[in-house]
Amino acid sequence: MTAKIAYDDVEVGTELPAQTFPVTRATLVRYAGASGDFNPIHWNEKFAKEVGLPDVIAHGMFTMAEAIRVVTDWTGDPGAVVEYGVRFTKPVVVPNDDTGAEIEVSGKVAAKLDDNTVRVDLTAKSGGQKVLGMSRAVVRLA
Amino acid sequence: MALDQSFVGRTYPPTAPYEVGREKIREFAEAVGESNPVYTDPEAAKAFGHPDVIAPPTFVFSITFRDAGQVVADPQLGLDYSRVVHGDQKFAYSRPVRAGDRLTVTSVIEAVKSMAGNDILDIRGEVHDEAGEHVVTAWTKLVARAAEEA
Repeated sequence: MTAKIAYDDVEVGTELPAQTFPVTRATLVRYAGASGDFNPIHWNEKFAKEVGLPDVIAHGMFTMAEAIRVVTDWTGDPGAVVEYGVRFTKPVVVPNDDTGAEIEVSGKVAAKLDDNTVRVDLTAKSGGQKVLGMSRAVVRLA
Repeated sequence: MALDQSFVGRTYPPTAPYEVGREKIREFAEAVGESNPVYTDPEAAKAFGHPDVIAPPTFVFSITFRDAGQVVADPQLGLDYSRVVHGDQKFAYSRPVRAGDRLTVTSVIEAVKSMAGNDILDIRGEVHDEAGEHVVTAWTKLVARAAEEA
């Protein structure tokens, strides 16, 4: 398992390449099928509004899956991820149009740990608001 | 209504093994927009030292949450699932999930709290392979929002 980033080449504060991930209603339907999470708040606008949401929202686990891509695209080997955790602070609201919403993710090295691992702190925003809190991954570098 | 504290530490029996298939991993990877060949091409996975294609880091949630369904639906616990939102999620990996794995999950209630009328439930899912080796632990925090005043 060889990550393409070397431990010795990063320091606290090293920024990972930021990425923006689009999410439309079609994305959510597809994710529902692949993940088995068919909660109607993720595809049925009428239902979502009845339970007090502004509109259909993305699966929290979808947002979590997108955010870690900033780390796994950086290391090359997703098997290098040792720990990954998030708090779901705000929903990603997905309007019923062709553009949908965007999830903007950035990350930086927050700590160098033992055994060639580093902690990366991630920031995920949609519509100008942070949608994840305490979003951290520990990843083993080369 | 506050949940019963005596449920802390309760362990639910493992469900039948989940067999991880290459095409299910491919479907999931495509659904999250992934193009890394380590998820779809066994040769690319082998180049990183994996015996077969691996799954994206959050893939295993589908398996652990299915098992956690026993906790959520436990009539004795009495969680109101219609009011539940996903609060936190964390994973700690011994190795990535990969095609060919037959995974079992054992779910444990780690904590039961009540805050401002909300019920908070922490469930830990321990995932092991067929050889009994640890693969990943998943921590899921569920929050049942307080019922609105009539």
